[in-house]
Amino acid sequence: MATVYIPTMLLPVTGGVKQTQVEARNVRQLINALEDQFPGIRDRLLEENQVRSNLAVSIDGEVARMGLLERVGENSEVHFVPAISGG
Amino acid sequence: MTSNIVLSEVEYNVVGKRHVRPDGVDKVTGRAQYGADVQLAGLLQAKVLRSPHAHARIKSLDTSAAERHPGVYAVVTAADLPFASLTREELGGDYQRLKFASNHVLATDKTLFKGHPVAAVAADSLHVAEEALNLIKVEYEVLPPAMTVKQAMKPNASLLHDDLFTSELGEMSDKPSNVASHMAFEAGDVEQGFQQADVVLEREYETASVHQGYIEPHNSTAFWNADGQLNIWCSTQGPFVVRTNVADILRHPVSKVKVTPMEIGGGFGGKITAYLEPIAALLSRKSGRPVKLLMTRTEVFEASGPAPGTWMKVKLGASRDGRITAADIFLAFEAGAYPGSPVMQGAACALACYDVPNARINGYDVVVNKPKTAAYRAPGSPQAAFAVESVIDEICEQLNVDPLEFRLRNASREGVRRVEGPVFRRIGLVECLEAARNHDHYSAPLEGPYRGRGVAAGFWFNRGFQSAVNISVNPDGTVNLIEGSVDIGGSRASIAQQAAETLGIAYEDVKPTVVDTDSIGYTMVTGGSRTTFATGWAAIEAAEDVKTQMVERAAQIWDASVDDVEYVDGVLSHKSDPELRMTFRELARQLLGTGGGITGASNVDPAGEGNGFGVHVVDVEVDPDTGKVTILRYTAVQDAGKAIHPSYVEGQMQGGVVQGIGWALNEEYFFSDQGQMMNSSFLDYRMPTALDLPMIDTVIVEVANPGHPYGVRGVGEVPIVPPLPAIASAISHAIGARINRLPANPGAVLEAMS
Repeated sequence: MATVYIPTMLLPVTGGVKQTQVEARNVRQLINALEDQFPGIRDRLLEENQVRSNLAVSIDGEVARMGLLERVGENSEVHFVPAISGG
Repeated sequence: MTSNIVLSEVEYNVVGKRHVRPDGVDKVTGRAQYGADVQLAGLLQAKVLRSPHAHARIKSLDTSAAERHPGVYAVVTAADLPFASLTREELGGDYQRLKFASNHVLATDKTLFKGHPVAAVAADSLHVAEEALNLIKVEYEVLPPAMTVKQAMKPNASLLHDDLFTSELGEMSDKPSNVASHMAFEAGDVEQGFQQADVVLEREYETASVHQGYIEPHNSTAFWNADGQLNIWCSTQGPFVVRTNVADILRHPVSKVKVTPMEIGGGFGGKITAYLEPIAALLSRKSGRPVKLLMTRTEVFEASGPAPGTWMKVKLGASRDGRITAADIFLAFEAGAYPGSPVMQGAACALACYDVPNARINGYDVVVNKPKTAAYRAPGSPQAAFAVESVIDEICEQLNVDPLEFRLRNASREGVRRVEGPVFRRIGLVECLEAARNHDHYSAPLEGPYRGRGVAAGFWFNRGFQSAVNISVNPDGTVNLIEGSVDIGGSRASIAQQAAETLGIAYEDVKPTVVDTDSIGYTMVTGGSRTTFATGWAAIEAAEDVKTQMVERAAQIWDASVDDVEYVDGVLSHKSDPELRMTFRELARQLLGTGGGITGASNVDPAGEGNGFGVHVVDVEVDPDTGKVTILRYTAVQDAGKAIHPSYVEGQMQGGVVQGIGWALNEEYFFSDQGQMMNSSFLDYRMPTALDLPMIDTVIVEVANPGHPYGVRGVGEVPIVPPLPAIASAISHAIGARINRLPANPGAVLEAMS
């Protein structure tokens, strides 16, 4: 089971639950699994069926590069973090 | 007294050496081709009519007289952009994004900053174009501007956009607002953390809008051919991003847009946005002629992205033994006319240097009537560091703890969890702090009145993203390396070095060339401290591809299995027959007669970016009569992972420090009450010159990034982060009063002293 850390802004959606465990092989499945637990959270994480442009998904410390297709490991730690580019 | 030191962990043959840059001769002899040098048959010159008001409604716009003016070939306005003829229903969820992008290029109903483009003219000459601009009649209804986040966040503030609502990760506010978004991170129990503290300080900070200050103004030449092929020559950090943006705004197929990046005279993050390219393209399509459009320095200041002005509040708690127990941070960053400030980057960087168990950070992205902000070296991090590091400096004073010792006690290291969640892997902050503490600068006495020393740490993520490289073997044993990364700071050399090291050939045998978007695979911008890391990865993979093919060819020539051939340091040899041996050069000579040439190719999007940290020490002297600050000595320490070309790493460090010094001491947009910039020239916008500064000493620390074959971490952005707080703290120690607003120009210093 992957451990997902809920973004601070979405704690009202989860009733204050800060982290949860989900069964998922990729980010799409992970977000769907979150939606099952916390209805409404998918729309807060996605726009136009993609991860919001100002968000990135961090899996085991690596920023996901394949969006919703990025693989999630059995014991992965997943965070939704600000999307960073640079100057 | 001055020194540049490299603390190396690993030595290579080519990597880590100070080779001559491939573009050096062209640049010192003036032969390098920049965007302003582009000449095409039938070339027209263009000028942009810009709003004289910071905030105004366009009541009417009449270009008919300009269109009739002799020598004028085309006039364009927002009505010529595809957005003008697309409906909200057609664009769906893309509506607001395209609206903002299109309106930024050419204003539709409102102008949102002084200098906002309203119309453009292409003519026989620049003078005719300027005459024609004067014939365009625009009737404005001037509106009150909101020039700072404090003004723009007030409940009764003048609204820039009637349809902008505050987004809190997808949840929208009920009413329109200048606050485009709010985001927060929280870790631990903040209130409990403050209860555990022996000292709690709460301070408020502001920084001014500053410009990247690249020496070469924006430029773009476009030719829209009759077959729909659009060719663009411009000065950009990201030709593929320009291609994408132009195709998007003009609703033109991306395959019909070719962008050729010319040599670039500086960017620092400010040359990613396509300001001129869509306008030049529209003028070319309308006139049927190639069109060149150049910005003046005033236009660069008034209409291209500055770094945001900010308003920040920091509350920090620490225990008597010098441990940070809690932090509560508020950041509000100016986005400029359209959403998109780097406030979340600032929030994610704010506490990255420290292991803070309990923390809360709130960030607000706020639109104001200034040019839309653009990236500037470690976007958001310098401002946030100024606020956090300044409070840490005060806490050190109160606790009577050495500031480097305090930072060492709290330093982030492998395994520390960041406030936004992820855990650091191998990083080199502790090594940088130790190197700073061991440097003779830190132990050197600093005597005399009105002198002070400051230290600060800084962080930037560093990024990967997509890069492509092709390497072709020439018959003389050299290779051509084709890349899509624009060379701003010596990346031709650093990429070529990694290819040469991998191939086991001499650096001089690799000829790197930066090409257009039709000639190489997708390559992200030169920015984000990514190029030597990611395009380096691409060069390594392309070189490995070449090696594989060279081994196959040698096996074919020797009638052997590829498993029997090995490739070591540029020499191919049979594992069991010592007679069968060829150098890379010897095999290259035989390629054309044994099956043809060899080209290695790669497209990468590498993970494994290594986070970057730096620690700076600065000594200043303040003139008590004038408030002028003199930098007496400056030492910058930074973890480069592996310095592929130490001279260019030192150059990045010194350049970042110089820009940081300007940000800290002098640089600032001055606006009139009506929002007009009053210092839009290098005479009045005061950047540091060589005469203002001492030699910047550097120490390169090499804590190899395990996510890169040679251990590379990006280096371009970290060095602009620490100067703001280090200098502010040094001044504070010199005058005995805190500096809570930047720039600390003479007037501000005198005010603090009083």
